Amino acid sequence: MKRKLISKKNIISVAIIAVLYILIQVLINGGYLSRQMMSVIIPLCYNVIMAVSLSLIVGVLGELSLGHAAFMSIGAYSSALFTTKFELPEFIALPLALIIGGLCAAALGFIIGIPVLRLKGDYLAIVTLGFGEIIKSIFNFLPITGGSKGLSGIPIYTSYRNFGLVFLITAVIVLLIKNLLDSRHGRVFAAIRDNSIAAQATGIPVGTYKTMAFVIAAFFAGIAGVLYAHNVGILKPGNFDYNMSIEILVMVVLGGMGSIGGSIIAAVILTLLPELLRSFADYRMLLYAIVLIALMLFNNSSLKKKLIEKRQMSRQEKSEKEGE
Amino acid sequence: MDIFSSLAEQLINGLRTGSIYALIALGYTMVYGIAKMINFAHGDIIMVGAYLLFLLGVGKLGLPTPVVILLAIILCAVLGMLIEKIAYKPLRNAPPLAVLITAIGVSYFLQNFVLISMGATPIPFASMIKVPSLTLGTITVSGITLATLVVTFVCMAGLIFFVQRTKTGAAMRAVSEDRGAAELMGINVNKTISLTFAIGSGLAAVAGLLFISQYESLQPTLGALPGIKAFVAAVLGGIGSIPGAIAGGIILGIIESLTKAYISTQLSDAISFSVLVLVLLIRPAGIMGKMKNEKV
Repeated sequence: MKRKLISKKNIISVAIIAVLYILIQVLINGGYLSRQMMSVIIPLCYNVIMAVSLSLIVGVLGELSLGHAAFMSIGAYSSALFTTKFELPEFIALPLALIIGGLCAAALGFIIGIPVLRLKGDYLAIVTLGFGEIIKSIFNFLPITGGSKGLSGIPIYTSYRNFGLVFLITAVIVLLIKNLLDSRHGRVFAAIRDNSIAAQATGIPVGTYKTMAFVIAAFFAGIAGVLYAHNVGILKPGNFDYNMSIEILVMVVLGGMGSIGGSIIAAVILTLLPELLRSFADYRMLLYAIVLIALMLFNNSSLKKKLIEKRQMSRQEKSEKEGE
Repeated sequence: MDIFSSLAEQLINGLRTGSIYALIALGYTMVYGIAKMINFAHGDIIMVGAYLLFLLGVGKLGLPTPVVILLAIILCAVLGMLIEKIAYKPLRNAPPLAVLITAIGVSYFLQNFVLISMGATPIPFASMIKVPSLTLGTITVSGITLATLVVTFVCMAGLIFFVQRTKTGAAMRAVSEDRGAAELMGINVNKTISLTFAIGSGLAAVAGLLFISQYESLQPTLGALPGIKAFVAAVLGGIGSIPGAIAGGIILGIIESLTKAYISTQLSDAISFSVLVLVLLIRPAGIMGKMKNEKV
């Protein structure tokens, strides 16, 4: 069966995205949103991109990456250096910045892809963490990035006034990743996750596909970094630390590993929650930790197995009744 | 001061940091060898240990130093066992990714629990170790360095003796080699894993004592960096191997102190991690690790 670009699935997704867009625009233009909420709509978009792209590595490929923030920082820094140094008009500078940020991050993704070919599981996780730390110390060290004082004076291209464009970029990225997963390549990723030896035995070039996943995820994370840089206007290496990578990981895990829709919902909830509950801010990280542990324990518990069995039983009964 | 004595001083500094790393790395490596998982929360047990020393030794309680140290070690060991019981044991047959994420969750939990209960501002905490310094020719070795070297040497020797020569140690080695077969031979696997976590966490408490004597400031995140570094050391030496962890820790400590002295302080973390990446690329199982063939 040949897959068509204009499939039923895609039409539904586009329709949902259009409805969402109109809804948010009505909220913005109708003045229903407070200043605080206005300031969070762009972070919502780049967090969604980050969660969806990490979901590609963790959920779909089944490898743990603890350095996703590093890809974002590369995208942010490279594009910010470009826009501050060249000072082109916005309609040229922003698209170019997006491409530069994405490509630089993808290049790093490729470099990280080399150890990915040889390592897996725990070792890979620690190497990605190490790469994140290396990138952070390099940004701290280089004079061109302003060191620990940070890089400031970045033109604000992606404030909430430009929400439409940022939303469009996010939507396109989500659709691209969704279509990638539904394609032949998506099934290959899942095959590698479920059993890499069996996948190799059937002739799948496992290494190529693993690197590909890292490069694609890094590219999109780089774009998220560009949006971030041109939204906040100042970059500090400390912003892209281990905690940020963990926060994105929590989004992916909470949303259900391997589920793109779930990652998006989790990213939205986890970005909005601290804004809605100011007093809750102190306990946010503690709650994240508990969520991570509880979800993992539940996912592998006998309780979940029983619930699934129960559901299957009731379904079976239903179909038997219908059969009669 | 001539080049040689400054070099010697840097090497001694490296040996001191390295032996603390080695002590922490032993906990990682033992747990990995037996439970086949990376205990990401190990670094945070160092932090809990340091806070316990502060809570027990300073302020209202103000117990005598040896009692404080002993209590902190015991409490950390109990904490390690508790963590294993609650968070890791139910996941023994789960995919490694699930266990790893749980361990990260535990690490985050400990950090933020201490952050909320003790506050984020660093607490000054004077060294509990009071040993006079030693001068050898032109080189001065501080008391803390001497104490660190002696304590780590005793701990390592004790651990190696325990693992190689005692019956419980043999049980540990058996479990790490083949859990199923060990169980069939009548070894209580649950007890052995619990004990491993207890020993690893106890060593982390000792490392916490030595670490805090050097830095003299308490912070909820103080365990994160030495934890990660020690993990790097464990991987460097070949995770699962006790001599490997010791060698890896000392090599990493010396590399770090030399880069700090002769290249750049800011780049020292980057260089340590680059060494890790390179070692893993050339010898994925680490310096002393056993290469394993993958079976279907």
